[in-house]
Amino acid sequence: MSDTVSGPFTADSIAGAAYVVAALLFILSLAGLSKHEKARAGVIYGITGMIIALAATIWLTIQDAWGTGRALTGLGLLVAAVVVGGAIGLWRARVVEMTGMPELIAVLHSFVGLAAVLVGWNGHLEAPALSPDLTAIHHAEVFIGVFIGAVTFTGSIVAFLKLSARMKSTPLMLPGKNAINLGALAAFIALTVWYVNDSQLWLLIVVTVLALGLGWHLVASIGGGDMPVVVSMLNSYSGWAAAAAGFLLNNDLLIITGALVGSSGAYLSYIMCKAMNRSFISVIAGGFGIVAPASKDDTDQGEHREITAEATAEMLTNASSVVITPGYGMAVAQAQYPVAELAHQLRERGVDVRFGIHPVAGRLPGHMNVLLAEAKVPYDIVLEMDEINEDLGETSVVLVIGANDTVNPAAAEDPSSPIAGMPVLRVWEAENVVVFKRSMAAGYAGVQNPLFFRDNSQMLFGDAKQRVEDILRAF
Amino acid sequence: MTRIGIVAEMGQETRVAATPVTVRQLAELGYELVVEKGAGESASFRDEAYEAAGALIVGADEAWGSEVVLRVNPPTEEEINRLAPGATLIGSLSPGLRPELVDALAVRPITALALDAVPRISRAQSMDVLSSMANIAGYRAVIEAAHEFGRFFTGQVTAAGKVPPAKVLVAGAGVAGLAAIGAASSLGAIVRATDPRPEVADQVKSIGGTYLKVEVGEEMKSSDGYAKATSEAYDARAAEIYTEQAADVDIIITTALIPGRAAPKLLTAEDVAGMKAGSVIVDMAAGQGGNVEGSVAGERIVTDNGVVILGYTDLPARLPAQASQLYGTNMLNLLKLLTPDKDGVLRIDFDDVVQRSVTVVREGEKTWPPPPVQVSAAPQAKTEAGTIDNNTAPKKKQGLSPAGKGSLFAAGTAVLFGINAVAPAPLPQHFTVLMLSIVVGFYVIGKVHHALHTPLMSVTNAISGIIVVGALLQVTSDNIIMQVLAAVAVLLASINIFGGFAVTRRMLAMFSAGKARS
Repeated sequence: MSDTVSGPFTADSIAGAAYVVAALLFILSLAGLSKHEKARAGVIYGITGMIIALAATIWLTIQDAWGTGRALTGLGLLVAAVVVGGAIGLWRARVVEMTGMPELIAVLHSFVGLAAVLVGWNGHLEAPALSPDLTAIHHAEVFIGVFIGAVTFTGSIVAFLKLSARMKSTPLMLPGKNAINLGALAAFIALTVWYVNDSQLWLLIVVTVLALGLGWHLVASIGGGDMPVVVSMLNSYSGWAAAAAGFLLNNDLLIITGALVGSSGAYLSYIMCKAMNRSFISVIAGGFGIVAPASKDDTDQGEHREITAEATAEMLTNASSVVITPGYGMAVAQAQYPVAELAHQLRERGVDVRFGIHPVAGRLPGHMNVLLAEAKVPYDIVLEMDEINEDLGETSVVLVIGANDTVNPAAAEDPSSPIAGMPVLRVWEAENVVVFKRSMAAGYAGVQNPLFFRDNSQMLFGDAKQRVEDILRAF
Repeated sequence: MTRIGIVAEMGQETRVAATPVTVRQLAELGYELVVEKGAGESASFRDEAYEAAGALIVGADEAWGSEVVLRVNPPTEEEINRLAPGATLIGSLSPGLRPELVDALAVRPITALALDAVPRISRAQSMDVLSSMANIAGYRAVIEAAHEFGRFFTGQVTAAGKVPPAKVLVAGAGVAGLAAIGAASSLGAIVRATDPRPEVADQVKSIGGTYLKVEVGEEMKSSDGYAKATSEAYDARAAEIYTEQAADVDIIITTALIPGRAAPKLLTAEDVAGMKAGSVIVDMAAGQGGNVEGSVAGERIVTDNGVVILGYTDLPARLPAQASQLYGTNMLNLLKLLTPDKDGVLRIDFDDVVQRSVTVVREGEKTWPPPPVQVSAAPQAKTEAGTIDNNTAPKKKQGLSPAGKGSLFAAGTAVLFGINAVAPAPLPQHFTVLMLSIVVGFYVIGKVHHALHTPLMSVTNAISGIIVVGALLQVTSDNIIMQVLAAVAVLLASINIFGGFAVTRRMLAMFSAGKARS
């Protein structure tokens, strides 16, 4: 469609030109989002690109169908759909709690997946008149598009359910899960070949169900603690779904944008994987959860010591430098505001306060940063693991708020630990460590944390938010 | 069920080994408790309070006849004989200073645990009775000094004239010294402190004191948490400092003790003679020979030039309720360690360094002194940790070998080549676009700031709503089913686009640099 230009200033040529501009704007948008200073401009680029792309496409479709009855119903449907969809989107974006960001993003991914499935189905129903070669390719594209879309859809739904605790976050351990995944993939290839030769509707239904099942199983096999990687991986999948739709519809904009999102999402997952010292391939393949179950080590770790909020306040007042390392527990307890207030008050007293963020803290890449930003913590004191690790040795007090595996010394010191080799915040090198925790339970990785039993660490049990507020009162 | 007896102390002692609060907690460990009548009287703990906490009030013989006897002070020979065979006595026994007591205990078939012999390791801090008593003593020393001192501690400007703040010198910044520094500075005095261990400077500063460094070419590192004897050059310089300070300050509190030796003499008679009339010295080491020339253990002395020297040795006992509470809690923590199953059965595990260290006599057999415990708080430990880290450096999980990677890459390229070689017209063009976009996408976010991961993800999510373009192209189809499906797709994608951009903007609006806060 958009590729057949028939003279200057036709709807097609204008749409084609608009797509090039939109694609460039999307690239600028992603580029802008990598730096704080340019981030807002990046969003503007993205919005502009989207408006241009939509306007051009709408004009193109209406132009094509102008004068026919279907144009009117089409336009009506289109406006209604955009208005309703836009309203829902804006409403959700406004009311979502920052702690609920991961869920929102997961559910939005599922929409892209479902939309890709629907577009694929329409591709089947449309059945354009094409040469036999191209028909075969068209069929393959429909099939692939539906498959990726459906995997993204159910995968995102499961991720959403796990993140919002509507589903147990422990990994599903079906026997022969690798065989299931590989079998589904092999079945998909076989079905594709079949469908290319004989495009029956029921084949499309079978592959949709197959892909829905695969998406479900893929993410269900991954534990809740590994969700940052999963969410970013689904982001990548949703991009590939859009790219597949682009192939199907001969639309370069869809291909460009889909590939941009797909590769950037994959790269982000790759960063996450490196941060956890996991194999990227096994994550993409959903074989992530099959890390050998944590060997239950019953070795006596010694005793932990408790500390009160008052004593912590005392310790903080006397400290010259404080590093706060938050984790998912801070998000759960909604403790970001009191934590920010704590940091603020300590800074007022001349204490050097900084935050150390592990790349996979929380349930979404950068989750902690968003929460701290929400609570108005200046971003220049929020540092990444690599930036702060060197300084931890000279730090008077480290507050570990709701983090566990990301500060586990076993990762660095115990080669037999299931999380051995995962880079962690080396909080135990600090003079004092206060761990805010609800109980002595192990973290998501199911690994006991020797940090709690170190001579320089003390436990402050209870709800993180209340405990931080207690400290504030004690000041 | 094992019975614990809390016995009364002898003589001037005001403290008691358990309070009603700790009695209740001991009962929770599964023990049965008896308290000798009137044992807590002088610490303001009435018999009724013990009864309310679940203890039985009994006579002296019955209390001493318990399987476990808790005590503050060491027992006399007569008291040792009152213990039942097989009984366990826990108290402050100072086994290092009183070998004759250890021998006397070992005569009977009993077990004796010295609460004041817990090693100075963090795990045992909760049982460290020396620290908890020293803390009280340091505080009380300041109170005693303030009582004798005829002036305010804090400086004031009043209608009746200006009052200068008192100057206090604390010798030795151990637990007692730090407590004294804290108490004196919170009363408003100017506090200075000396200590041969330079690493305590920060601690002194942190509670409001000024650390006076003795400038000689040697430093003392403590490997067991206690101070050691010092060299001659150091002593000479330190003596000068004490002479200078004695002439300047109003109050001197000395806390210098070296385990197993007589207390070092810090202030000479001349130093004391150089002090102003009305000045006060509290010699907390008077019981071990004294840091001050002329101090007498347990006595208040007034020198010819009007300086008061207090040599009280019962400073913790002068705060009986507080001291009993802390002592009782230390005792409770030791019993928690000795009762791992909370079943009211006392077990001593010699593999545990704390339990080994406190055991002076086990079933009539002398086990004192215990093997030394290295605690080491300072630099030496750090280097050790450093080398360990280097040796067991985090092992990266082994990925694919270079050859494997290479062949994988070659295979992928070959597949790509194959598809494009045979594919008809529009497909190779699409692949070109796809390849380039993938590379661009990869590099464009290559340097993304870690804090922006979430906004980046939500913006890419919004952009992936571009799938709407596909749906839009189909919405004007002839087929009504297609139209409906396309409209649903448009609706879903719209949620994505609007929601994604809106939430990204909302997030970015929150990110602020330092200045925004103020």
